[in-house]
Amino acid sequence: MSPRLWPLAATLSIFLIAYAVCVWQFPNMWSTRVLGNFLTDNAFLGIVAVGMTFVILSGGIDLSVGSVIAFTGVLLAILITRYNVHPLIAFTLALALAAAFGALMGAMIHYMNVPSFIVTLAGMFLARGAASVLTRDSIPINHEFYSTVTSLSYRLPGGGRLSVIGLIMVAVFVVGTILAHRTRFGSYVFALGGNATSANLLGVPAARTTILIYALSSFLAGLSGIVFSLYTSAGYPLAAVGVELDTIAAVVIGGTLLSGGSGFIIGTFVGVMIQGLIQTYIVFDGTLSSWWTKIVIGGLLFVFIVLQRLLVYASKRRWRKTPAIQIGNMPEVA
Amino acid sequence: MQEQIMPTASPVLTADSITKSFLTTRVLDRVGLTLMPGEVHALLGENGAGKSTLIKILTGAYTHDSGTIRIDGVDVTPRDTAHAQELGIGTVYQEVNLLPNLTVAENLFIGRQPTRFGLVDRRRMERDARRILEPYGLEKLDVSADLGSYSVAVQQIVAIARAVDLSGKVLILDEPTASLDAREVDVLFTVVRRLRAKGLAIVFITHFMDQVFALADRVTVLRNGKLVGSKPIGDLTRMELVTMMLGHALEHESAMRIVKDRPRGERLATFQGYGLAGKIAPFDLNVHSGEVVGVAGLLGSGRTEMARLLFGIDSPDSGSATVDGRSVHLRQARDAIALGFGFCPEDRKTDGILGDLTVRENIMLALQARRGWAKPLSFKEQADLADKFVKALDIRTASVEQPIKLLSGGNQQKVILARWLATEPRFLILDEPTRGIDVGAHAEIIRMINRLCDEGLSLFVISSELEEIVAYSSRVLVLRDRQVVRELTQEDVSTASIMKAIAAEPGEVAA
Repeated sequence: MSPRLWPLAATLSIFLIAYAVCVWQFPNMWSTRVLGNFLTDNAFLGIVAVGMTFVILSGGIDLSVGSVIAFTGVLLAILITRYNVHPLIAFTLALALAAAFGALMGAMIHYMNVPSFIVTLAGMFLARGAASVLTRDSIPINHEFYSTVTSLSYRLPGGGRLSVIGLIMVAVFVVGTILAHRTRFGSYVFALGGNATSANLLGVPAARTTILIYALSSFLAGLSGIVFSLYTSAGYPLAAVGVELDTIAAVVIGGTLLSGGSGFIIGTFVGVMIQGLIQTYIVFDGTLSSWWTKIVIGGLLFVFIVLQRLLVYASKRRWRKTPAIQIGNMPEVA
Repeated sequence: MQEQIMPTASPVLTADSITKSFLTTRVLDRVGLTLMPGEVHALLGENGAGKSTLIKILTGAYTHDSGTIRIDGVDVTPRDTAHAQELGIGTVYQEVNLLPNLTVAENLFIGRQPTRFGLVDRRRMERDARRILEPYGLEKLDVSADLGSYSVAVQQIVAIARAVDLSGKVLILDEPTASLDAREVDVLFTVVRRLRAKGLAIVFITHFMDQVFALADRVTVLRNGKLVGSKPIGDLTRMELVTMMLGHALEHESAMRIVKDRPRGERLATFQGYGLAGKIAPFDLNVHSGEVVGVAGLLGSGRTEMARLLFGIDSPDSGSATVDGRSVHLRQARDAIALGFGFCPEDRKTDGILGDLTVRENIMLALQARRGWAKPLSFKEQADLADKFVKALDIRTASVEQPIKLLSGGNQQKVILARWLATEPRFLILDEPTRGIDVGAHAEIIRMINRLCDEGLSLFVISSELEEIVAYSSRVLVLRDRQVVRELTQEDVSTASIMKAIAAEPGEVAA
């Protein structure tokens, strides 16, 4: 197995073992109902985590996503309830705005050569501040489009329900996987995360790629905001506080190297599911504080960061034996 | 001997009167370079000769101020790396500039991967990658594996394959052998010879004399930003080539020995069989108090590596060290400082000065580090000490509170010297103490070296300026290809004897 796959395998093993332990303790957790809820309850986290995976793969970080989710929720609530804009039009506006915001941050990161940490920190305060300027209170959304969408679901055998927002998340993961691992853009993202200087020398369009990465991350944060607003039927400026950190945790637990250049979108899915599993376990247990989620996530993060260090060390030590080189005929030269 | 392309063939690339200045410093002065198809052209010169600037102009990283570049007779100005590639100029750097976290195939094709329906067509990309690598003897390479899982030699060949596939007229190899072992160098040379036979013009930059004579057809030598000459390798002896690079005519012995017979002091330090594989072959060195050990050798001959080993920056993998008759282990610079060693590194900009700190703070750094942070010197003590050195070394600065970056190169160098003198060292290692400073400051530094030596300090001085070494050294070690090849003492020390030792054939003991 390629060393690159180790973290993914580790994450998957942890999830399967943890799930087995949960089912052993609470047999009811082995049901499509629980699985369906996994997807629904973690949809907003999963969607934004796909964007974060791209950012981290490129060697950056995006701290603004939680605020963008909140801003999107508030914007939707105001547009729909105060200005009677149809939700679909409001969605389009919100997504366009989020993408533009991300593109702007990406442009600053590239052209002004400012660390992504700083730029997106500014973005975090800006978006959260803007949301609070629009309203200080939670605005409930009562629109028939919302009730229609939330009532729609695919019934799974065994009583589980596959909701629209759960399906949106699955779709985002599928598209994200193809984008990361099967397109030129995806290889540029990995190239930038591997070594930005070399990537430039090899002709990777760094400016365009960086702008697209942050536009994508903010776009998905906007989409996540839409999903969150469907999930909660409200817009609240203090929603999704700290989600950027949960997201980073999910990406790292999913086996993406925090320094960039190596990882899998599907790993992030497992990372999100692990967080969901812990929360579900706490609900089933009934006596544990929900803060145990944070404690377990913290512990897992430590384990994965140590694993990553070992991995980087191992890959530097371990060279394949150079194959015997026999020189054939050289290529023709123009 | 390889077959030579007829001189009637027209050049692939002609660079003519290339001039480039950074601010007021002229780093290239009307330099020319002519590349014929099917030749390996060695580009040689010491540090600061202008090789890398010339290469960066050819590859589009810099733009020249004046002069012309012609490719196949057409005037061009490479804008950036990508444009240079389009023009047919490909470059492979010493540090492989590929991406170890991508697959071999992706590295060959990034930026131009074949696509189907917008998705990368991996099957085709990997098939094409195998086709590109096949002539290099790498047809068995798994092109879908990470590049980083292969040895540096393989990565280097992949880089060459990419450059040739993309450009195909001129291939620039910038110290490609620096991190390869002997067998890998052979493989690389075979590749280069085959490419030459196919009509590619190859620029080869190296510090290894033997490789120049083994591979090159023609040699162009730069010195201090000027063209020294361009000659077919067959017309040159090793001695002539070293003379071109170092800029000395053997006939007239210009260097004056300042030190004639300085009495040897007590033995201070002994290094026996001291060495580090891949950096410097094991050497024996005795240092006595009050003597200057000069170190001569071309760039890349292991001079700096030797200094780093003596100062404990790198740890040796063989040999032993004795200081004051006691066996010591120099595992880190702290160990050496505790024994009274000091080290002024070669590149003061990156390793030496802290530009935004004041002259006083820069001087106090090593002394404070030696005392430990728990025992700070009062501001008054610091100012007095700094003042003393500013006077003693004649450092030209408006005040000791001036940021050091505002001082001239020579004065910065003196501040670094003062930093170590403040610790009252017994053994001071100076790596190129006179590089890049003006003539006046140059003479002063040399006078100072002599004075310090008279006061009983032991010095280990590395320099490319042979006259300088001859002037102040009690003994001279000559390095070649990471080996101490000769030790010259007393009356044997002369620029001529040093040059002979540098130019000697490998294995041959310089007379």
